[in-house]
Amino acid sequence: MASQAARKMDSGFAAWLRRDLLLAYRRSGEVASPVIFFIMVSTLIPLGLTPEAAQLEKVAAGMIWVMALLATLLSMDGLFTSDYQDGSLEQMLITPQLLPLPLLGKITAHWLTTGLPLTLVSPLLGLMLSLPSVGYLPLVCSLALGTVCLSLVGAVGAALTVSLRKGGLLLSLLVMPFYMPVIIFGTATVSYAVDGLNWLPPLAILGAMFAASVALCPLAAAGALRVTASN
Amino acid sequence: MSQVPLLSVENLAFDRDDSCLFSGVNFSVADGDLLQIEGANGSGKTTLLRLLTGSLQPSAGDIFYLGQSISKCRYGYLSDMLYIGHQPAVKLNLSAEENLRWMVASSAQSNSLSVQDALTQVGLAGYTDMPCYALSAGQHRRVALARLLISEARLWYLDEPFTSIDKQGVIFLQSCLQQHVAKGGAVILSTHQDLALSGLRKYKLLPSVESFT
Amino acid sequence: MSWLSDKFSSTLSGGPSKESPSWQWFYRLGSPRWFYQRSGQWLPWLSLVALLVLATGLVWGLAFAPEDAKQGNSFRIIYIHVPAAFLAQSGYFIMAIAGAIGLIWKMKMSYMVMKAAAPIGAVLTFIALFTGAVWGKPTWGAYWVWDARITSMLILLFLYAGVMALQYAYHSVDAASRASAILALVGTVNIPIINKSVDWWYTLHQPATIKLTSAPSMHMDMFMPLLVMIVGFYLFYAVALILHTRNEILRRERKTSWVRELVTAKAGG
Repeated sequence: MASQAARKMDSGFAAWLRRDLLLAYRRSGEVASPVIFFIMVSTLIPLGLTPEAAQLEKVAAGMIWVMALLATLLSMDGLFTSDYQDGSLEQMLITPQLLPLPLLGKITAHWLTTGLPLTLVSPLLGLMLSLPSVGYLPLVCSLALGTVCLSLVGAVGAALTVSLRKGGLLLSLLVMPFYMPVIIFGTATVSYAVDGLNWLPPLAILGAMFAASVALCPLAAAGALRVTASN
Repeated sequence: MSQVPLLSVENLAFDRDDSCLFSGVNFSVADGDLLQIEGANGSGKTTLLRLLTGSLQPSAGDIFYLGQSISKCRYGYLSDMLYIGHQPAVKLNLSAEENLRWMVASSAQSNSLSVQDALTQVGLAGYTDMPCYALSAGQHRRVALARLLISEARLWYLDEPFTSIDKQGVIFLQSCLQQHVAKGGAVILSTHQDLALSGLRKYKLLPSVESFT
Repeated sequence: MSWLSDKFSSTLSGGPSKESPSWQWFYRLGSPRWFYQRSGQWLPWLSLVALLVLATGLVWGLAFAPEDAKQGNSFRIIYIHVPAAFLAQSGYFIMAIAGAIGLIWKMKMSYMVMKAAAPIGAVLTFIALFTGAVWGKPTWGAYWVWDARITSMLILLFLYAGVMALQYAYHSVDAASRASAILALVGTVNIPIINKSVDWWYTLHQPATIKLTSAPSMHMDMFMPLLVMIVGFYLFYAVALILHTRNEILRRERKTSWVRELVTAKAGG
């Protein structure tokens, strides 16, 4: 009985993860848009600021992080919307499994289709914004950890606004303050490396944020979804 | 054993903000029962079904599964329940087979019937690999209804299951319900149609009289 | 977090009659009607005390406290700035606690307190930011400086804005209350993290500026009026919260007979 329950708990996570990945694969055009946004906005920076490498170098880490944050926010809105509209969210709410597990499956799928691609293309942006070469590894590491936090925290906001007609803008408003610690330590990781300091401590703090949000955000999102389902 | 009903609803009420949608709903369902919830548009049929699934909280009263309040035996109750709502929960970008496979994987108990066979039985043979956006609304509903064939849950809650399916489908679904009831399951459904099912009981949901104290 | 509240409510939702007498006050506090009537009796006295304490603090701070050696008279703005910043922070926690009580015990009354607390807190945060900017001009030579505390205050204002926006976005009162209570709780967990991060970020960039006043190093003659002002602001906050909550009670309970009687009695008499 217990092992059966354990198997089912796992399938709650795996079933949703598999389904969302499959869905993302079918709509790869939509999935690509955060990455394209990420790259396109980065061309605006030299246009709006300056093409001089010496100046770009200073703002590169911060700009890449800000754009990654905005790209994630852009994709966050769709996390639950279509499931809410076609009734599959309701089915999720009445599964006997603990709700945070299927949610974690969905969030993992979201990260694999937004956060991970953003992380992978970030060196390219580093190149375009003349980030010093010592900054590349810290940039990738900090984005890999940080974007998971962004997806997890964003899921809480998405859950709170899922039943609202124009939830997208409100979602950004709700979630943005919670993103600030992530961006502080994300950019610090890179700037430490560029300044020749040990960049592991700020990365470790990002790791701590990652651990805390994995533990807490699915719970908060589950609570939020139970509320919005009754609306 | 037979004294404790499978499901009983006692004095259930639901308020939407400060107006009462319905109150004093009482009924019980035993093995082999088929209950049709009737009521005008907006009388709260869907709300009642969603209260039964536990996704909404009643304002008053309680729902008992095998004599226990459903808030105390959540896992057991939800494992023994199947709900098909207004929306069929079909993803348009997935094929019928993928949709059904996911639905089965995320629900609690299932029998040995294969997904392919279930889809054939609901008349979707030859459509299983097509993405669902190429299928009609009635076919979407058939995908959702194929869950009934695979599920081992004893309690079925069906919200307007007959919408947008054709005559043949209606006959099939009715026989499906009849079989489930014969095996000792129970069905609660909401529909406006008159059903030719033996042993069908009806519960009429009356609009609550607005009263404030 | 209704999965959590379900567990609690199944043991606690029996209502006043079934519970032991020690819980009675808690349930009575949960009755909007009882709260409305009681708070009506306290309110004039509380307002009077708040007014007296605020007046004492202001006169003491603005007229009698000694001038600051470096900043001259401009430092006197702390008698508004610091208490407002204080209350802005604790106001968020008060709001979140009210929301948590609502979620756990399904008490409608505490949702009303939560809703009432949000705009008051936001206004106090704005006052703290505004006075900070006014004070910043003579001290730092600029209205806006990215100081750690000011940045934290700005983020706090965003947090308040989020709770208020969510509150108004829902049609259903119940969903609005529960959704914004969850948001307020998430905010409560995050505020210490945000503040610590911003502090750390500030030390990282180390701009050469004067730190804002730190209370222990202040002269007693300056500090005492500040203490009086903080107490006065707390009292004022209580008055404002009760007034807003009473407003909210009337709005949400407008269809009940006691509110109708109250209104017709007022109109008739």
